[in-house]
Amino acid sequence: MSAAGPMLRIEGLSVSLPALADRRHAVEDVSLQLSRNEILCVVGESGSGKSVMSRAVLGLFPSRHVQPTAGRILFEGEDLLQATEQRMRELRGNRIAMIFQEPMTALNPVMRIGAQIEEVLEVHHAGDLAARRARTLDMLAAVNLPEPQQILAAYPHQLSGGQRQRAMIAMALALEPDILIADEPTTALDVTTQAQILVLIRDIQRKKGMGVIFVTHDFGVVAEVADRIAVMQHGRLVEQGWADEVLNRPQADYTRSLLAAVPSLMPGPKRDFSGQPVVLGVKALSKSYRTGGNFFGGAARRVDALVEVSFGVRRGETVGIVGESGSGKSTAARCITRLIEADSGQIMVEGIDIAALGQRALRPVRKRMQMVFQDPYGSLNPRRTVGRLIAEGPIVHGVAPATARARALELLELVGLERRAADRFPHEFSGGQRQRIGLARALALEPDILVADEPVSALDVSVQAQVLRLLADIRSRLGLTVLFITHDLRVASQVCDSIVVMHKGRVVEYGPVADVYANPSHDYTRSLMAAVPGRKWSQGNEASNASMRTA
Amino acid sequence: MKSGVLRFIRHKPAVCGLVLLLAVLLASALAGVVYPGDPFRIVGKPFQPPLGEYLLGTDMLGRDLAAGVLYGARTTLLVGVVATVIATAVGVTIGGLAGYFGGRLDNLLMRFTELFQTIPFFLFAILLVAVLGASIGSVIFAISVVSWPPMARLVRGEFMTMRNREFVQACVSMGMGHTRIILHHILPNTLSSIIVTGSLMVATAILIESGLSFLGLSDANTMSWGYIIGAGRTVLRTAWWICAAPGVAILLTVMAINLVGDGLNDALNPRLRSL
Repeated sequence: MSAAGPMLRIEGLSVSLPALADRRHAVEDVSLQLSRNEILCVVGESGSGKSVMSRAVLGLFPSRHVQPTAGRILFEGEDLLQATEQRMRELRGNRIAMIFQEPMTALNPVMRIGAQIEEVLEVHHAGDLAARRARTLDMLAAVNLPEPQQILAAYPHQLSGGQRQRAMIAMALALEPDILIADEPTTALDVTTQAQILVLIRDIQRKKGMGVIFVTHDFGVVAEVADRIAVMQHGRLVEQGWADEVLNRPQADYTRSLLAAVPSLMPGPKRDFSGQPVVLGVKALSKSYRTGGNFFGGAARRVDALVEVSFGVRRGETVGIVGESGSGKSTAARCITRLIEADSGQIMVEGIDIAALGQRALRPVRKRMQMVFQDPYGSLNPRRTVGRLIAEGPIVHGVAPATARARALELLELVGLERRAADRFPHEFSGGQRQRIGLARALALEPDILVADEPVSALDVSVQAQVLRLLADIRSRLGLTVLFITHDLRVASQVCDSIVVMHKGRVVEYGPVADVYANPSHDYTRSLMAAVPGRKWSQGNEASNASMRTA
Repeated sequence: MKSGVLRFIRHKPAVCGLVLLLAVLLASALAGVVYPGDPFRIVGKPFQPPLGEYLLGTDMLGRDLAAGVLYGARTTLLVGVVATVIATAVGVTIGGLAGYFGGRLDNLLMRFTELFQTIPFFLFAILLVAVLGASIGSVIFAISVVSWPPMARLVRGEFMTMRNREFVQACVSMGMGHTRIILHHILPNTLSSIIVTGSLMVATAILIESGLSFLGLSDANTMSWGYIIGAGRTVLRTAWWICAAPGVAILLTVMAINLVGDGLNDALNPRLRSL
């Protein structure tokens, strides 16, 4: 490597927010350095300013109201904040490149992959047509895409999420930039794909000696790739240092609380349910979708979303369904709650097969099984006050309105909100608070079974930890039986007693969580377990915790 | 809701439109006070130019044009509003049912809607009035019949997306009936689009009504803007003001309604606007 010392220095950078925002600065007085041949992870929760800070390096600001007010960004001695638009264009893509979170929206949907990569080369006058084509093929091969020739001619929607992210990386690396800015590049991907992309980024970074700014909210990912770590909160830098230092000996309280909120991979203490009756029994549940057929017939494509899925949940037990996107776990939850109709199979709720019930007969049974949804923004009617949202279910089932409203207030307290919340609208609450409201609404019907579909996936890690604690607390207080759908093996290990591992609509493994985690029997479960980011770091932590306990 | 009113007030063109619209309303309300008696009454010499003895002059039979325009405002607004209310009710019902239940019912209702959309709407309206006879009732009926399909399509789309929103699924899983979910949860969330489209539909209805009366397909005993234009078109070169006065009235009213509609759109769907 050539020059010693950092290649990129951010000095006292502040970025203002519009006048009406809840704080003055998106980024406040942040100083960072990036050397050649290192990965700097910028970690923080949503709203920490990590994205704005990293994009500022490229001179990309989300709107004209969000602009730098102080500080310098020095790239090899040149202040990028003072650079002309012309100069920035020369640097972008060429010396400093960026990859985004969602490759589907970051790629132009009507342009072939090859043409998009060639365009980057063309803009920066890199070689003639043949040379550009050859370079593009090289890059596609370098990011381990199978059959680069085919990928070259493909449109973004014809590729899988992982392939798209690889194509994005190929595009970013086409001109061999010195700095790569990766803004949550693996957040939208499944864990096994994420593991592959992380390895890829690491490999290429080592090979080319690039400096990488890797923005993420996930400490597992950080543990996998970081050389150095910068932790941000509310636009300020709270801690930075070597990866090993920050992960294992954090100095700032905020970093400590963030690390403590990362769910452990060690299952909690074992609870015994063998004597309890099975309250939810799913037998040979199948569902397939047909797509592509039309009015005039035509060839329909059949997708099997669920194939003969069977499992049972005992009273008081929490069973997790884990799997990647497309595994059928959400379809299973929606079939079990009869939000969508299964093609065949039985759903036994305390001895009644609810799959066979008609809509009218089903209605009174529905209250015994309630659902908590993933999206804290979409799952509450925006035009109703929280009190009415919670009280409505019982009122529909014949509870006197006054009683239902009084009960709603109690439920708000139960889920850790104030009674005053009843008169406010959902948009006045944060994501975590809305998830609590969703839980209160589900509990209002006094269900026996709670079906939670990715209830904490949209939440920041510290909020996630709070909601999981609340769920565990309420579960034991009310003796609830829970079916918990998640893609996150860490979360599953913390809340579930048994887990059902699903892959392509089939149950590949089913057993007590401790057994499945310790000795996964199916290949897919093993690859899923191996792909959990930060696995080694977590296990190291647990080992040291265990030794501390025994000491 | 408060912020919606504020956003509307900040939208200057919309406020101009609202003022214009209120002026038209006031004119139609005061028609009987300012010009008591029948607007078809002959008051003086024919072909008097404007700003003479009569504010807007007289037509070829010597009827006061100003009185005609004021009374015409009544008919025009009545037809526009009533036809829109009917078309909206039909469109929301059909579109809502199709979007909510989907499947076969959706297929059936949408093919039915397309049946109406395949016929050029103005020709269809002419046909209906010609068959039913020229009366204010049949004009309103004809306009309603040709206006509801776009509303049905819009509402269907909105209902289909709402149907899959998690809060609606939460309602289903709580055991609520369809009627309750549709009326209490989905409809209030689609109301803003319906209001915006409905307001613009009033403008279209007025144009159709004017077109029909221009062709002589309107109630011969009711003064309307289209009727005055239709009657005056033969003398357009010699007595331009006969067509001009109601023409300008139609222009201003339709423009006012469109401005108000745009304002409502911005006020009710603030997310559609960029910062």
